[in-house]
Amino acid sequence: MTTSRRDFIRNTGLLVVSLRAMSLAEADPLAAAQAGPSTSLGAGPYPDPDFRQLDSWIVIRENNTATFYVGKTDLGQGTGTAFRQLMADELDMAYENTSCVMGHTDQTVDQGGSGGSDALQTDGWPMRRVAAEARRVLLDMGSQRLGVPVDQLAVSAGVITSRAEPSRRVTYGELIGGRRFNVTLTGDQIDATTGVAKVKPVQELKLAGQSFPRYDIPGKVDGSAKWAVDARVPGMVHARNVKPPFAGAKLVSIDEASVRNIPGFIKVVSRGNYIAVVCEREEHAIQAARQLKVNWQRPATAPFPSSENLYRYMRTATPTFSPPPTVAGNVDTAITGAAKVVEAEYEVPFQGHVSIGPAHAMADPSNDQLTIYSNDMKSYGLRNGVAQFLKIPRDRVRVVWLEGPQAYGRTAADDAGFEAAFIAKEIGRPVRVQWMRQEETAWDTKGPAYTFRMRGGVDGQGNLAAFDYEARAVDHNHLGYNEFDTVLIAQLAGMRKQEPARGGAATPSDMYVIPNRRMATHVVSLPLVWETPLRTGNLRDPNGPQVTFASESFIDELAAAAKADPVEFRLRMLTASTGDDNGFKRARSIAVVKAAAEKYGWDTRPSPKPIGNGNILVGRGIAYAYRNQTIVAQIAEVEVNRRTGHVWVKRLVVAHDCGLVINPQALTRTVEGASLHSLSRALHEEVTFDTEKVTSVDWTSYPSLRHTDTPQTIDVVLVNGDPNPKRPDLPHYGAGETACKPLLAAVGNAIFDATGVRLRRVPFRDARVLAALKAARV
Amino acid sequence: MANFTLNVNGRRQVVDVDPATPLLYVLRNDLELHGPRFGCGLGQCGACTVLIRGEAVRSCTRAVSSVQGAEITTLEGLSTDGRLHPIQQAWIDEQVPQCGFCQNGQMLTAKALLDKNPSPSDAEIRQGMAGALCRCMTYYRIQAAVKRAAKVMSTAGGADSPAPGDGEKEVLA
Repeated sequence: MTTSRRDFIRNTGLLVVSLRAMSLAEADPLAAAQAGPSTSLGAGPYPDPDFRQLDSWIVIRENNTATFYVGKTDLGQGTGTAFRQLMADELDMAYENTSCVMGHTDQTVDQGGSGGSDALQTDGWPMRRVAAEARRVLLDMGSQRLGVPVDQLAVSAGVITSRAEPSRRVTYGELIGGRRFNVTLTGDQIDATTGVAKVKPVQELKLAGQSFPRYDIPGKVDGSAKWAVDARVPGMVHARNVKPPFAGAKLVSIDEASVRNIPGFIKVVSRGNYIAVVCEREEHAIQAARQLKVNWQRPATAPFPSSENLYRYMRTATPTFSPPPTVAGNVDTAITGAAKVVEAEYEVPFQGHVSIGPAHAMADPSNDQLTIYSNDMKSYGLRNGVAQFLKIPRDRVRVVWLEGPQAYGRTAADDAGFEAAFIAKEIGRPVRVQWMRQEETAWDTKGPAYTFRMRGGVDGQGNLAAFDYEARAVDHNHLGYNEFDTVLIAQLAGMRKQEPARGGAATPSDMYVIPNRRMATHVVSLPLVWETPLRTGNLRDPNGPQVTFASESFIDELAAAAKADPVEFRLRMLTASTGDDNGFKRARSIAVVKAAAEKYGWDTRPSPKPIGNGNILVGRGIAYAYRNQTIVAQIAEVEVNRRTGHVWVKRLVVAHDCGLVINPQALTRTVEGASLHSLSRALHEEVTFDTEKVTSVDWTSYPSLRHTDTPQTIDVVLVNGDPNPKRPDLPHYGAGETACKPLLAAVGNAIFDATGVRLRRVPFRDARVLAALKAARV
Repeated sequence: MANFTLNVNGRRQVVDVDPATPLLYVLRNDLELHGPRFGCGLGQCGACTVLIRGEAVRSCTRAVSSVQGAEITTLEGLSTDGRLHPIQQAWIDEQVPQCGFCQNGQMLTAKALLDKNPSPSDAEIRQGMAGALCRCMTYYRIQAAVKRAAKVMSTAGGADSPAPGDGEKEVLA
């Protein structure tokens, strides 16, 4: 029997079963997915839920509770809670009487999972519209039931009443509980999904703007949450990968006899240069992966330069891709005529996602189907990619998304999902794969390394007349998400895309008005393009931290050259107007920069301040960024230890405008986490490598932010800086990645303010800072 | 393989495994206690932390043969009679976790810290928690939650915790 959840609802004879199964799905998605043929859930096949059916999005039960099925995943920023708030608001249900199921490819419509900080900005809209449509349909039904016209009805918390006679009432549960809406929606693609009803104006939203506690936190705190690492089914075995010991290595031979003595050893699975060992028990799989004797052949030429020589290599390499520069005015003329000219070069190393829990997935090939339990943020892409990779029909594959360690972007979670699926098919048993720490830190995709060359010219009035920007990024063959021909197992198995993705280097995303500006970008490639641990993929605002570090540090250099206050210098370039869209974005930028300065108590003066005499030098720096309608300004106050070079960001102020705020508390936490993620990148993170392998492979060789680095105070100021009286209700934009952008520059600018020394390469580790201070005789 | 008797969360458990098996895999795979998690296998990050005789211990590097008979507490054993420990309640009140994967180690490290030092200074909290890594960088809220828990645990035997939302820093401008 292959009945789906909604077929149950259609068949009233199975109603009891279906409702029990549904509540199971909400309480414990793992158990629900594993329920198997006995309850007819989980047996497959797994066709796509139809986004044009209202029943695919919302189920209302007889007890007047609602469950929302959305095609997103929540990486811990509380988007699930926000979805419930928005949909309950449109539906007029009490928040407490709703629940949310996310990211199960056979149960929830394909909204792509997570990415791009667009959960509310993009995907929130179809959610609102379908909830509004459900409310409309229910009001029509209520009108018929009560014999009262719709415009004379009121509705609150899922109860419809006659305005004239409030004792006449009917609940949503009474009207539709356990039955299908059977309402067809329209829209050429899922983001455009809509019914007939219109969403509410902002003024009528009641739940948006309230700080509901995140529903996922109690289970994460008491140990009851089901994580992808916990996925178990009967008969499941354990696998571990054996990675090439140096990049570009070719597998010559495997000595399987070297591991046959390990208890519960099952098999060595191999294809091309991909190897995994499978054992009954996890610790034995780990032992076998370490013990397996493999004969590898080194490549004829070095796969990459060492990290010490990376920037020299990047500057001299012939670019693989150089799009035409963006040009306004005439930079060269303006610089020639400038009163002051500043030139500088900046550098950012490869940095990793480096999840706290290495990549993992469990795949179950039972019943001639394939179920993958994964925390991959794009569960739908994983499902499609695996089907292509293994050449099996899509509807025989499903991904059950479960909570997991998050690392914000294209992580090795993609790769592990494919590996689990491949091994499960090879051995015909459910199998769990997990990467080891050294494997994760070495082989997870990296945020691209950058070099920058910039020139700027300040005119006689101290205004920025010209900005010439040139960036180079190591980003050739940038990996997409869950691509069947670029995931690591595909690469190791010898698959190649005809053309590697050309990648890209980014340009600053500020809203400054600079009359003469040129922005040029180049992509360069390392010698080894495939099967390399230095593979690049999106990392939490894929280019923003690198680019904004360079551009906002350089803007600070120009302000110093103009002997202008860094806040004032920036505000001069943000000319507000409400007449055009860019002017409006600048008006919002001004509000955000001012909000940060005000909260900090910024004193107007040029940087640096006079250098103090003590061991601890204190300074403050600001940086700002715009990203896809969201605006952030960050002010860091640092203490620099002149004797050790140690930098502590003692205080952090973040002003943040992402339009309409759905959950201020969850947003604040998200902004704090994103800001500190970039603080880690500013102070600690750097991928190191020799000419054949990555050498930063654990938490000692790849240090991360720690408790001891935490600022004493973080102030997050939520701004909804709409200055236009005709446009008072900004929609909900995105949050998360924007706050990752400016922080590196804010810290560098603060170090300059404190010491007069400009650091043009991250991370600002003690030794590097100390060397720079000594060189400048500070 | 050999039999080992473990005392986990107040229950006696017998497992049949290799003596060198790290405690972590026994807890997760044999006893189905999923609070402790694999993070590094090197004792560097703290995700696998359990309490052994009240000390915060990295279960990924501790052989099962070395902890026979010792009192072991996992995250699942932190609450009593279904009532959350004040540390857990503080974690909820402060809305600490982002992804939450490391929070097992954060809470148990905090438990060992507060048991030794019931009212730590800010510097002592930062130092005492320093070995527990979080890649969502929730450190600021963890430290606030440790302070909140310390306050609750030192008054009235940890009876009432402050209401959620206290001490909020959000400002709507």
